[in-house]
Amino acid sequence: MPIRDDAALVGAGVVVHFGGRPALDGLTLTAERGKLTALLGPNGAGKTTLIRCCTGLLRPSAGTVRVLGGDAGTAAAAGRVGFMPQSTGAWSGIRPVELLRYLAGLYAQPLDVAALSQRLGIDAFARTPYRRLSGGQQQAVNLAGALVGRPELVFLDEPTAGMDPHARRATWVLLEELRSAGVTIVLTTHSMEEAQQLADYVFIVDRGRVAVAGTVGQLTGAGQTLEQVFLANTGGTAAR
Amino acid sequence: MNILDFSPAPGAAPASGRVVAHAFTEARLLVRNGEQLLLALVIPVAILVLGRFLGGQFGELATLAPSVLALAIWSSSFTSVAIATGFERRYGVLERLAATPLGRGGLLAGKAGAVILVVAGQLVILAGTAAALGWRPQFSALSAIAGGAAVLLAIAAFCCLALALAGTLRAEATLALANLVYLVLLVGGALVLPVARYPELVQPVLRLLPTAALGETLRHSAAGQPLWWPLLVLAGWLLVGSGVVAKVFRWTS
Repeated sequence: MPIRDDAALVGAGVVVHFGGRPALDGLTLTAERGKLTALLGPNGAGKTTLIRCCTGLLRPSAGTVRVLGGDAGTAAAAGRVGFMPQSTGAWSGIRPVELLRYLAGLYAQPLDVAALSQRLGIDAFARTPYRRLSGGQQQAVNLAGALVGRPELVFLDEPTAGMDPHARRATWVLLEELRSAGVTIVLTTHSMEEAQQLADYVFIVDRGRVAVAGTVGQLTGAGQTLEQVFLANTGGTAAR
Repeated sequence: MNILDFSPAPGAAPASGRVVAHAFTEARLLVRNGEQLLLALVIPVAILVLGRFLGGQFGELATLAPSVLALAIWSSSFTSVAIATGFERRYGVLERLAATPLGRGGLLAGKAGAVILVVAGQLVILAGTAAALGWRPQFSALSAIAGGAAVLLAIAAFCCLALALAGTLRAEATLALANLVYLVLLVGGALVLPVARYPELVQPVLRLLPTAALGETLRHSAAGQPLWWPLLVLAGWLLVGSGVVAKVFRWTS
């Protein structure tokens, strides 16, 4: 895939080391505006590290990351980016409705918290402390937190992990709705079915590099399933 | 208009609004936490009551009341902040918030605001309790200024030390070490007992501790005697602490 300057996300030759071990080792990718880009890879492949670079939490030792045409971190500071962390991401004692109202207060034109809670089924447990929520309920709250500021670009780190099949399907419908509304989505997942169902473009990442990339149709064109392509192009884990 | 219109409409709320929202959210969570409430109010009130009725062993109320105010500031600005931030880091709260318009600067300002809100509440309740037990402070204008400056400097310095701990160690290690440091300096840091009650040999060293600087200033302040040297000690700790935080603090675990 050619690198385009007008893409929502451009990573070029990104290198990050932890304790001398490469977490990202010259990773290059783009995410087109208004599309859903999926990052697949084994645990420790560098997916979460890449997202941390995109939100400005980590600074690469080499290469560049540009988000919505600017330096990583600038877009997040301007409220243009939504972020759903892989795990937890909330105070243990906070109630979902409190967290969402607080996050909404950080943005200029947030979504209506009550309507968003109803849409994601959060209103059923809106006043339960976060630590008492199931994994799937916590994921729903985290997803709502990523969307409440009406971002141009959302990073979703394993958004449906821990969800039951009903919740997962509902989330897929929501992601399709977001894309139709013009939101750019970058998600990581271990679910081949999810990538197959949703992704406009897929990057399979292994040991901090892109092993193979393309549309689902391109990747499976030789008659292999996406899982077979994944297994053939990924070997093991690297330090994150 | 559809109230769930997902089409992008990005933008940040005004900076002051973001910081105030964070400060009130974090203050609410701190107050709601039972363990923090124990540190913030129950232990200081117990010391005040014991001091009032057992007198000699705990010091007279005129000395004990400002010492207990210093203890409350110490527990809320250091121990509570260290433990809360350690777990925020562990649970990805910092990672999530650093990617919002709040940003790192807003997060730190919001944390400081939360501590000031909690400490203000503590001081009102504890000073009221002490007054009900018979405390009659003799503040002068100058001693009140010295005391107020010491409180603000101490909050900032203790917060920096707490963040240095929470931003480098694992959450469990932060919990253990913050409680240990709390107890060690409570007993041996001239926080609750005046420096003069310690052996002469260690007094010069004690005067360099931030806990002693706060305790001594408040005790003298309540007696109408402004004390200025501790402000230099606290400013020094703030300078060192903020430098260490800027260098070592990590947002993710």
